Amino acid sequence: MLLTSSSFKRNVRRKLADPSLQRNMKRFGGRFVEARAAVMTEVDNLEEIRIAAAAIRDRSLANLDSYLMEFEAQAQARGTQVHWAETAQDVNRILIGIARANGVRKIVKSKSMVSEESGLNDAVAAAGMQAIETDLGEYILQLAEEPPSHIIAPAIHKSVEEVAELFSEKHHTPRQTDIPALCREAREQLRPHFLSADMGVSGGNFLIAETGSVVIVTNEGNGRMVTTLPRIHVAITGIEKVLPTLNDFSTVVRLLTRSATGQSITNYVSMLTGPRRDGDRDGPEQSHIILVDSGRSRLLGTELQQALRCIRCGACMNHCPVYQNIGGHAYGWVYPGPIGAVLTPSYVGLENALDLPQASTLCGACQVVCPVKIPLPELMRVLREKSFRQGLRPWHERWSILLWRSAAERPWLYAWATRLAVRVLRRLAGKDRLLHRLPGLDGWTEGRDMPAPSSRTFRDLYRKRHS
Amino acid sequence: MKVGLFVTCLVDMMRPRIGFAALKLLEQAGCTVVVPQQQTCCGQPGFNSGDRESGRAMARRFLKEFEGFEYVVAPSGSCTGMIRCHYAELFPEDPALQARLDALSSRTYELTQFLTDVLQVKLADSGFSGTCTYHDSCSGLRELGVKQQPRSLIAQIPGAQLHEMDKPEVCCGFGGTFSVKLGDIATRMADNKCQDALASGADTIVGGDLGCLLNIEGCLRRLGDPRTRVLHVAEVLAGPEPEEG
Repeated sequence: MLLTSSSFKRNVRRKLADPSLQRNMKRFGGRFVEARAAVMTEVDNLEEIRIAAAAIRDRSLANLDSYLMEFEAQAQARGTQVHWAETAQDVNRILIGIARANGVRKIVKSKSMVSEESGLNDAVAAAGMQAIETDLGEYILQLAEEPPSHIIAPAIHKSVEEVAELFSEKHHTPRQTDIPALCREAREQLRPHFLSADMGVSGGNFLIAETGSVVIVTNEGNGRMVTTLPRIHVAITGIEKVLPTLNDFSTVVRLLTRSATGQSITNYVSMLTGPRRDGDRDGPEQSHIILVDSGRSRLLGTELQQALRCIRCGACMNHCPVYQNIGGHAYGWVYPGPIGAVLTPSYVGLENALDLPQASTLCGACQVVCPVKIPLPELMRVLREKSFRQGLRPWHERWSILLWRSAAERPWLYAWATRLAVRVLRRLAGKDRLLHRLPGLDGWTEGRDMPAPSSRTFRDLYRKRHS
Repeated sequence: MKVGLFVTCLVDMMRPRIGFAALKLLEQAGCTVVVPQQQTCCGQPGFNSGDRESGRAMARRFLKEFEGFEYVVAPSGSCTGMIRCHYAELFPEDPALQARLDALSSRTYELTQFLTDVLQVKLADSGFSGTCTYHDSCSGLRELGVKQQPRSLIAQIPGAQLHEMDKPEVCCGFGGTFSVKLGDIATRMADNKCQDALASGADTIVGGDLGCLLNIEGCLRRLGDPRTRVLHVAEVLAGPEPEEG
């Protein structure tokens, strides 16, 4: 996917000024939050399950190598071909290789964010094949030629009216705004593709080491069709998605669906274990899995390893007041919101996504709802420290911090400097005791006034009172 | 009971009357309050901007100024959160120092928390009159669990009525240096907060952190509202301070 994280601030300004995005975010923004809150009341030991789920994810990551080897052995024993992709480019190369070897011309896809990392659809098209997204949201975006803006609700930035417009234009059908009718329209368009595709590509929510299974958690029937109808199925997922056992999965999935869409369980939970066997009535002739590293293993053994616990529920972005206001596209890559602010710089390089770890007030709303207790504010701070240490932040920011620190370490200097600052600020303020413009703090005063200091410093007033 | 008052850098510079209000509340509750004159800042602005050394330097300074007190109180959930949740972890190489910081941190309280949880205070009528809506500042709420304390204290003031706003727990967009670095987003978040606060019908927006209050007040004034008061909870509880000069 095209990386625009380095122009985050520009993206933000555009998104804040986009009335339709703002309207759509307001309309849908609170829905997941409310649904999650409601469904969590049916879990009486939520905190215990979160602790258990975080421990399961930590155990998976601490022994990632052995669980992956176990997964590979079990998957192979059941007839799945396992491929290892070190980079995003490897993903495309491997997939196109499988497709070419089997004379594939048409691919149907269910949702896969990992395939967005490598820009798979473009690569497939460049190789002369057709890839069709069949998740409703992803299908809409493929028609609109836009990237997803949310990891589980990719078209959340679009309104029904916009989708109606798009369908009518692309399908040459009468415009309709009834949601079931729009779904039916998409289904009618997609059905022939399901039946004529040579290959189905899916993501994978989890890998089960003890059985070699890929698990897909979905709400639309497209996932089942993509993974069973075409003669070849390829699942693409990150190496961190492995869970040791089915038991572990049963713990984690209780949190995944509730945290994501606020459902006790999704419409479909598919466990795919190998290709069609003798006597099976359906299923693919070939089953492949591409295990993707693409920057993940670099996080192992560092403080950022905790980010690899992520089970991609999207709760952190749903609850993030920054995300709610700017939407997912502003983040400029595959993963938006707080988890994106940690993963994007980690995967594509901090220097290419410098503003993302700063794009949070560290309010902590994400950490409170994260089902696997990823300390997202702390991880954003770790990346801020890295930026500061490596001198990647603007010089004026660095110098202000260093000046502040060196004054704060010297109380006499601090007292003098603050006394002076208070005087200057009071003089600059108008009769209304507000600063409407303050050079150096334009970031504040462009949108808000800065209330002026109300008096002398507390330190000076206190000394006067007690002398 | 000997209490050290950590005024905080923002109160020191921008709204000294909040410091005096806190002082008054603590003294009225029977505490002997000392304000160490060498205190400066908790270090959070630097720490959250990626300068870990800011945090370490200020943690050492804080220890030096406040270790001798039975309790330390600050009129800020954010600074208290910095002290209680982050100071000790800044010194993984020095367990002895960590232990001292842990001990001091556990005696450090946000003002409303101290007044209710430790002192179980009965407040005198401050003479405040108005309808308040309370904004839960993030660090106080999520790092310290400050939620009911300020509300139960406000409920003790006869002239104060509490009207809850929609989504009081959503961040106002201050976030320290965030408010300057990503001012566009901060402004939009503050706008949303002001709208929710005003929709409550209250004439006074109250909070426990001056950073948030400056952000909210600055936004309200820019939106052309000169009337709605924005006050620190200590000001509501202690009543109006004489003009500071």
